[in-house]
Amino acid sequence: MRVPMTWLREYVDLPSDVTARDLAARLTLAGLEVETVDELGSDITGPIVYGRILAIEELTGFKKPIRFCRVDVGAANGTGEPQEIVCGARNFSEGDLVVVCLPGAQLPGGFRIGARKTYGKTSAGMICSATELGLWEDHEGIVVLPEGFGGVGADAIGPLGLREDVLDIAVTPDRGYALSLRGVARDAAALYGADLRDPAAVDVPEPAGEGCPATVDARLCGRYVLRGVSGFDPEAPTPLWMKRRLHQSGVRPISLAVDVTNYVMLELGQPLHAWDRSTITGTLQVRAAARGEKLETLDHVKRTLDPDDIVIADDSGPVNIAGVMGGLTTEISLASTEVLVEAAHFGAMHIARTSRRHQLSSESSRRFERGVDSAVQLAAATRAVGLLAELGGASVEAAYTHVDRSAAREPIRIPADHASAVAGTDYPAGTAERWLRTMGCEVAADGDALAVVPPTWRPDLTDPNDLAEEVIRLEGYENIPSIPPVVPSGRGLTADQRLRRAVGRTLAATGYNEVLCYPFVGERDLDGLQLAADDARRVSMRLANPLSEEEPLLRTTLLPGLFKTLARNVGRGFPDVALFETGLVYRPKPGATRAPLLPVDRGPSAEELALIDAALPDQPRRVGAVLAGAVERRGWWGPGREALWADAIQAARDIARVAGVELEVAADEHAPWHPGRCAALYVRSGGERLLVGHAGELHPRTVKAFALPERTAAVEVELDLIERARGAVTAPRVSTYPVATQDVALIVGESVPVGAVSAALAQGAGELLESIRLFDVYTGEQAGPGRKSVAFTLRFRAHDRTLTAEETGAAREAAVASAVEHTGAVQRA
Amino acid sequence: MSAPNNSFDPVEVAPLHPDEVARMREEALAAIAAAGDLDELKEVRLAHASDRSPLALANREIGALPPAAKADAGKRVGGARRDVGQALKARQAVLEAERDERVLVEERVDVTLPWDRAPLGARHPLTAIAERMADIFVGMGFDIAEGPEIEAEWFNFDALNFLPDHPARTMQDTFFVENPDGGESGLVMRTHTSPVQVRALLERELPVYVVAPGTTFRTDELDATHSPVFHQLEGLAVDKGITLAHLRGAIDAFVGAMFGEGLRTRFRASYFPFTEPSAEVDMECFACRGASVGDPDAPCRTCSSEGWIEIGGCGVVNPRVLTAAGVDPEVYSGWAFGLGIERTLMFAHGVRDMHDMVEGDIRFTSAFGSES
Repeated sequence: MRVPMTWLREYVDLPSDVTARDLAARLTLAGLEVETVDELGSDITGPIVYGRILAIEELTGFKKPIRFCRVDVGAANGTGEPQEIVCGARNFSEGDLVVVCLPGAQLPGGFRIGARKTYGKTSAGMICSATELGLWEDHEGIVVLPEGFGGVGADAIGPLGLREDVLDIAVTPDRGYALSLRGVARDAAALYGADLRDPAAVDVPEPAGEGCPATVDARLCGRYVLRGVSGFDPEAPTPLWMKRRLHQSGVRPISLAVDVTNYVMLELGQPLHAWDRSTITGTLQVRAAARGEKLETLDHVKRTLDPDDIVIADDSGPVNIAGVMGGLTTEISLASTEVLVEAAHFGAMHIARTSRRHQLSSESSRRFERGVDSAVQLAAATRAVGLLAELGGASVEAAYTHVDRSAAREPIRIPADHASAVAGTDYPAGTAERWLRTMGCEVAADGDALAVVPPTWRPDLTDPNDLAEEVIRLEGYENIPSIPPVVPSGRGLTADQRLRRAVGRTLAATGYNEVLCYPFVGERDLDGLQLAADDARRVSMRLANPLSEEEPLLRTTLLPGLFKTLARNVGRGFPDVALFETGLVYRPKPGATRAPLLPVDRGPSAEELALIDAALPDQPRRVGAVLAGAVERRGWWGPGREALWADAIQAARDIARVAGVELEVAADEHAPWHPGRCAALYVRSGGERLLVGHAGELHPRTVKAFALPERTAAVEVELDLIERARGAVTAPRVSTYPVATQDVALIVGESVPVGAVSAALAQGAGELLESIRLFDVYTGEQAGPGRKSVAFTLRFRAHDRTLTAEETGAAREAAVASAVEHTGAVQRA
Repeated sequence: MSAPNNSFDPVEVAPLHPDEVARMREEALAAIAAAGDLDELKEVRLAHASDRSPLALANREIGALPPAAKADAGKRVGGARRDVGQALKARQAVLEAERDERVLVEERVDVTLPWDRAPLGARHPLTAIAERMADIFVGMGFDIAEGPEIEAEWFNFDALNFLPDHPARTMQDTFFVENPDGGESGLVMRTHTSPVQVRALLERELPVYVVAPGTTFRTDELDATHSPVFHQLEGLAVDKGITLAHLRGAIDAFVGAMFGEGLRTRFRASYFPFTEPSAEVDMECFACRGASVGDPDAPCRTCSSEGWIEIGGCGVVNPRVLTAAGVDPEVYSGWAFGLGIERTLMFAHGVRDMHDMVEGDIRFTSAFGSES
């Protein structure tokens, strides 16, 4: 809502020293957020004066007709001689009163005017158009003022209102009343304790007979007013002041009849519609649209109406989508002499739905859906026809239509100290009553309670806290004290919250940089992952309104985002990158139905919540990491080391280690990993083996699809499952007896996983085994064809004694025997 | 054992002559002093302090002396040998110290050489600052609550008093979610962390004091100040008899801990369907503390010379929200706030462009270390 200060001051006696910025600051604190204060014309400097066209000489021989004018500007040019000005406009005649910008002046936008040679003449200044003066946009030529508007040579800047401060207010959805000068004036008056002149206080005589016949569906429209004028001069111009104010308020001037309806809308907040009455046939009906009814609206769009739309129809069918936009056939035209003005109070929710359904937002619908005054219609229509009469030479018809289906509002009962209790401060007795009355409420004291009937222009005031807010904001939010809350002692972070942080810190400490990727993916990404047609990860929730049609799906894996981010970093000159992300993926539940909209007048039942849960996709938290290039750099110490599949698996081990969980690794074939370099990762939870994710080197086709460096490795694990496998850690007994170390070298088949050999050794070694570690793998001649040599260090230690050589030897033998039995190993000589 | 040789005349044993002992002592001491390094000293030790050295040989002669002469000669030779031993030890210490000094100098390295073989990574500054923000409230006694990112419309809107057709519902540009078959799901990408308020009230015993950091989604195209995916920190307190003043107290404590003590805050009346009364929260600009207002010569980048920085929205929990969450608004009241995590990071670290926070460029991330 744009509010010109001089217009506002017509309704509220603000102290004269209050600037637009002062007012803006006060309004903003009180809930009318002034986004900007536009100081229109602040860069204008004179002399800009009235002038009279004395003589026009038509210059010919140019591409367009040009006029060389002699203009009387009185003494404003210092000489009293006529000013000679070249002008391209043609909409004026000798004797016309015009606006002249003399050399040295500056127009809006820093446009400086001087004397210059043009079209073979010297042009000493400019005869101004409305656009050049910043008054409004038009292409009709220069401004020709009505006779008597001002004296020749006198300053025109002030009288034309070229300088104006305009407040641009971002009105919140609850404060529909502030979409009017009247509403803003009321708040401004309250904040400064100034008197308010309500522009809706219009004398409305009783109707002298029946107006235009109308039938009204009371469920759709609470009040319906039609007032007519006849003998309207369709060519009567809109006065300069009205056009200027409309323009300053962001509304384009069109014609007097339309401008008047817009002007009154800005003034009172009541949207009005003006018809050419001669185009209306029979009775006007305010009713729901019939299914399939059609209407071509003013914007030349043919619309099919919905039974939920409110229409105004005459005997020929719909003529308006009520409260949103008029129909084309009944549009007021430059020939209309009989004008019918409609002021109605339509159901806010209907207008909101219609506006959304037809994607039609207008100044009218914006006001209706935020709530307009349910009683101002008669005043607004009367004000409008009054202006049409005054400015358009029309006569107001004394008969009019007024259908009142509005219901009286029930009072809201609040404790007298309710605002104090909400704010946490003690307002003096009577404070609430005083402010609520200032806002237009009827307040009746009833012991310690107040019965408050909000005014008709405040449909947003429905609850006790709405009233508290009015009191608190007018008392000043800045006066709310600051009192530290007394919070019961908390429980700190949950185990999984702590785990998540620890995992992030660990990955960061092992070289990975955290990224936060968008969860939007497309089919192309899933194809790039080489997912089979029936892969569960292809079943994804989708956005009805994605930002990009290429990415309408919600991720079922973290990998695509990580891949793209890795490729971006490589593209920016960082070939050695390790990235990780912790985030949710979205896995639809098969056969999920629509989540219900539960009632809000009570808490939901367990069954109702279960229905919502069943509709929500599973949203497990995962950790993904991807790395390429050197994980260890080369340098003065020697060569570096390239990232490989093992780094990705180790990242998973580290994550599990942080959680205190043992990770089991087994070979697997799983997209998007290289089928020979992919590990399935498991944890144990209550005897159950849970697959928590995969790691390894990426499939070469995936590498290509995402333009990744060769041999890029990746891991993705489900943190929620690792969390589930966590148990309480029992502290180990730390033995201080000496360790006995034994090395074991075994020959096994090349396909036997080292993990299996290690597990078999550990199983056989028994309780004395403290640790086992692989220190060498060798394939080659000495191992024999199809075989490999693996070498382990076993460390033995007892809790209660120093182990004898015999004990250690026996344990070693048992370990080897187990490996022989389970993996077909042969001990190397 | 032979009988004592009483007839032996000590003066006739030349090596035990006092002059001779003194000479041997002097010779040894001179050699020790002349030893230039540990190797030379080793040779000197062999020559003057070993079993074959003149003093050691002289010492052997003492046994053959008559008893009356033994004590005198023993004293003389013993004194000389002790002096030589001490001199050797002292010289050894000096030469070792010299050697150590030299070796340590020779082993000097260039400590400015880099050792970035395996550089550290970093956490994302948004993660780190979100934790820091949450932890300020955890320190006050709040717990951390969570909820799903794909959320039922009922939780995201209806339960928060967004009426089905109210303009406020369309004010937040919502991503609507469909089932995989394209069917209606009744779900949205949560447009704010506020649905966690309702979940917390349904899941927890009263009173409830929680904060909920989380990812939120709106259909804004990515530009310098907007991102379709962003982060909020929600706060909720529901208890008996709590007020806007407590809300302000909590916000003040947060601002003090996050941006510096003594910064003023300011509430501006505003509107959110789920709070009534509602307010926007501004804090005094921590960079200029208001000094830039009206001073065109010293403009403030942080607050655009406004003097205030908007950090979030807040208000008294609308009793209708309590009702929808099964809490009796006649008994309990509450307040809630929502703080923008991107905004906080932008202010705290001078981040200029949203792109930097979403693109995952390692230069941006690693600049912060792992704490923001």
